[in-house]
Amino acid sequence: MSELIHRRPKSFTFLIWIFVLFWVIAAGFPFLWTMWGSFKVQGDFFSKADWTYAISGVRTQIETGAAFTNDGYFGAWVTKSFWQAALNTMIVVISVVIISLTLGTLGGYALARSGKKYAFYLLMLALVFRAMPHITLVSGYLLPFFEWNIWGHLPTAIIVMVAINQPFTLWMLHSFFLNIPKDLDESAMVDGCTRFQAFRHVIVPVMWPGVITTGLFSFLLAYNDFTVTATLLSQSNQTMIPKIASFLGTTQVEGNVMFAVAAVVSATVPLFILVMFFQRQIVSGLTAGAVKG
Amino acid sequence: MKNRTFFWFILPSLVTMVLFIALPIGSVVIQSLHIEHSAVLKEVKSCGPFGCKNQVQIDVEATAALKEEKPLGQFTGFGTYKNRNHLALNELTKAWGTSSTWEHYFSKVYNLPFYRALAFTLTYTFVVTPLVLLLGFCIALGVNSLPKWIKGPTIFVSLLPMIVTPLIGSLILFWMIDAKGIFGASLQWIFEDPNLSLKASSTLTWIMLIVYGVWHSAPFAFIVFYAGLQTVPTETIEAAMIDGASRWERTRYVILPHLVPLIVFISLIQLMDNFRVFEPIVGFSAQASATSLSWIIYNDLTGSEGSFFGSAGATSVLTILGVAVLLIPVLIRTWRDFSRKVV
Repeated sequence: MSELIHRRPKSFTFLIWIFVLFWVIAAGFPFLWTMWGSFKVQGDFFSKADWTYAISGVRTQIETGAAFTNDGYFGAWVTKSFWQAALNTMIVVISVVIISLTLGTLGGYALARSGKKYAFYLLMLALVFRAMPHITLVSGYLLPFFEWNIWGHLPTAIIVMVAINQPFTLWMLHSFFLNIPKDLDESAMVDGCTRFQAFRHVIVPVMWPGVITTGLFSFLLAYNDFTVTATLLSQSNQTMIPKIASFLGTTQVEGNVMFAVAAVVSATVPLFILVMFFQRQIVSGLTAGAVKG
Repeated sequence: MKNRTFFWFILPSLVTMVLFIALPIGSVVIQSLHIEHSAVLKEVKSCGPFGCKNQVQIDVEATAALKEEKPLGQFTGFGTYKNRNHLALNELTKAWGTSSTWEHYFSKVYNLPFYRALAFTLTYTFVVTPLVLLLGFCIALGVNSLPKWIKGPTIFVSLLPMIVTPLIGSLILFWMIDAKGIFGASLQWIFEDPNLSLKASSTLTWIMLIVYGVWHSAPFAFIVFYAGLQTVPTETIEAAMIDGASRWERTRYVILPHLVPLIVFISLIQLMDNFRVFEPIVGFSAQASATSLSWIIYNDLTGSEGSFFGSAGATSVLTILGVAVLLIPVLIRTWRDFSRKVV
């Protein structure tokens, strides 16, 4: 019978294939194209004469003597010191992930086990906080941060991003902890553990799948953030994304847009690797909140 | 769990949220009621070869001292809200009095910065969200019927537009639709118009941003729907088939109703995220023809003439009110569900 469900006319199957193929091209081709183009000179990637230059690399041949060039990458990483921004991003992202997971597991566990009405209110409050546009919050920080002289430093941006991350982290970990049976930690408490000991020795060893999935999303939030990092960090502490945004203005004038293209491709690579290795966790994380309603 | 233990467990998380989410909301409200000090002026007697004159100068020291003393600025009450850059009440009444047709009136209102941003933000939110649902659902149906070996790679590629940083994603598309990029050049060739540029026309810019928005968010809807499709009970579908339901009828009357909770979930997340549309406008350098509420706040904060905290605060408060209006139906719904569960 289930065979029957999947039986369909040839023409219909064909249509589905065309549609999915079209989507896959729309989703993947821009990245492939930009990655390929980042090894060319500007005259090829933004070709006035003929777009096929970007494939054959005619101007790249003439200007550098080879079909591929690393000039864009050299310019971005060395001349424009993109490495500094990459280092800052690494510091920010790792700190944000570790801190928000630590706070989130404690809070999420408490919310999952409380069963009181106020836990529900807190979750609702977190939902409201989640909906706040980040830039409205930033406009609330800026003036006090200027006054207290803590504007522009990495720790400031880190703690702000941890806070912005909390509502989401709490929701996600809360629903993961609901899946861990209550009896587990309660039996430990019957044996004389305190609540924290039960959490530490019984729950922590089994919570890692949920924590890793949540961590991935914290990573993405911190890595992809533009609003907070662009407004709260000084020029010298900039992370990759605001750095790329500031490239746009300067490189366009100087005629080396390829620096920005190379920087963009460099910043995309870690995300590619992430999806490649953690596809299953990302998919399960996206659906965790949804399927349970 | 005992109240005490609960309190200690939740404390660190709660403290960060209160400090960096709740307090800033209070802070923007206070900021929005103040306005930057105007420069302190002083009259100076300047004497030259042709006699003495009284000149008005900016007293830099006194201005700095005043700023130091009251960093918030002067209290103006709702002054900032009412000025031309925000709700522009006077301009609205004036436009109402002087315009003869609705069209005329709207074109006047559209020239006010706040309403311009609001118009784009709302259009973006309410066009992108349904399109994301539709496209995501179609992709999910399509991928679900593919042979197994090809599903994994397809999902991998599909995730990319969503995972990639919004600013980077919009830049990548922006470079491709540049007049010298691959799409821009192809479009010029197709329409045989060498001056065709997507960036020049305001309508095309809006379409471009909306296409980006759908491209960026469709994978999310796709993944959620795809997971939902795995849980559709086969017995029901088989029963529908025995009753003679066609493929379309099965989708419409069995699969779709099963996915309704997911549609609600995706719409909720999408409404929240699309309402704060911001990075694509920076990435596409589209501010000339499309601004959003988030973008005008950013512009107030990082403009070349310094930061206008009062103005940014007022727009932020209005934005938060907008979010509240979007959220209220959801909150009421969740509230009802919860009350039913408890009772």
